[in-house]
Amino acid sequence: MTLHMQITLDVNGERVDAQVLPRLNLADFLREHLQLTGTHVGCEHGVCGACTVRVDGEIVRSCLMLAVQTHNASVETIEGLSDSGEISDLQAAFRDRNALQCGFCTPGMLMAAQDLLRRHAEPDRERIREHLSGNYCRCTGYQAIIDAVETAARQRLGIKP
Amino acid sequence: MKASAFSYARATDVVNALELLAAHGDKAKLLSGGQSLMPAMNLRLISPELIVDIGGIAELRGIAVEGGVVTIGALTRHVDLLGSPQIAAHAPLLTEAVAHVAHPAIRNRGTIGGSLAHADPASELPACMVALDATIIVRGPDGERRIAARDFFTGIYETVLTAQELLISVELPLAQENAAHFFCELARRHGDYAIVGLAAQAIVEDDVFADLRLAFFAVGDRPVLAKAAKKLINVAITPAQLSEASKALGEELDPYGDQQASAAMRRHLAKVLLARGVSALLGRSDLDAGTPL
Repeated sequence: MTLHMQITLDVNGERVDAQVLPRLNLADFLREHLQLTGTHVGCEHGVCGACTVRVDGEIVRSCLMLAVQTHNASVETIEGLSDSGEISDLQAAFRDRNALQCGFCTPGMLMAAQDLLRRHAEPDRERIREHLSGNYCRCTGYQAIIDAVETAARQRLGIKP
Repeated sequence: MKASAFSYARATDVVNALELLAAHGDKAKLLSGGQSLMPAMNLRLISPELIVDIGGIAELRGIAVEGGVVTIGALTRHVDLLGSPQIAAHAPLLTEAVAHVAHPAIRNRGTIGGSLAHADPASELPACMVALDATIIVRGPDGERRIAARDFFTGIYETVLTAQELLISVELPLAQENAAHFFCELARRHGDYAIVGLAAQAIVEDDVFADLRLAFFAVGDRPVLAKAAKKLINVAITPAQLSEASKALGEELDPYGDQQASAAMRRHLAKVLLARGVSALLGRSDLDAGTPL
């Protein structure tokens, strides 16, 4: 017997009340119940990083979290970070450096990159690589992504490129 | 894929979690961080009827140093271990090892109790527990059991935990004054599962090992505390002695082969890590001069 469960959470600053089945993961909840389709679903077992979102301020794999586990939590998706302007410089750096082609991995990359820049203002390339090591990109070969994150970090510190 | 349907119960405390386990037995599965359980469910490798979510049980979370031991609650996350000054001071092997556990987003959710109960033979924390001679504390309907880490793991994804028991915490002895540690894992990509790994804890007095615990992982169905280490204790180690220990290690290990590496390659890499580890622990580069045979 599986019953719907009532959850209340905060998504991108808005309160959300929903009835969900226990088996529903957070990624599918965001995409199918809230139409927040910027969170992508790739491997569905925690390897690719395309579904990365923030829960209570920390990045997580939304495919490895149940929607019911987010009861009373605060969830932020790529839509929230994009609309608030929090990552506009990072997005511009990705665009300028061609750090994406198909774009499937990009929301997850941006979530992980922003998480790094919030914790380390001046990461070296090795640290950037390490922090993004859980996010697959099958187009770019990663160099341009590392470049873009490095550029955004330097700009935030007021260092000219 | 998506997980198949299941019922969900949020345990309010340890007593409630044990009641749920007593009522549902092996039809239930405990959910802590979910970073191993959820992939297995999404891949439909397992389909539990009931998920008991213990994620909100505050009493299972946290790190404390008291009475000569470091106690780590089962729900303590990898990221908590990584950033803990207490762990860095008293169990630095663990700080180093946790940096190799998957990726930041996984470390934000995954817990030490989950990792130990899951008992993946390629994962870092079980080997660290064996190297550090940890005690694993579990609670069930008949009360509490204290189990030495070396007796806890019994096979691939298998431990001595019964379906009615909950892993509560682990206790680590504080690192002694002359303690040294070494951690290395060989993987194709940082954060991937190890092809072969070594977690080592030693006591070094006057450039000699007074104690040496070598816990290899991804070379068998559970972490392997190498008996070959005995050959290196209380002796001034020469390259010839290291080579003898290396030969003994090769004979002692019975690694598996898979798509990542053959059994022979794993045995070879374990010997490479032995030489690197002994060399690093003693600060003697002459012992890691070449590949041991």
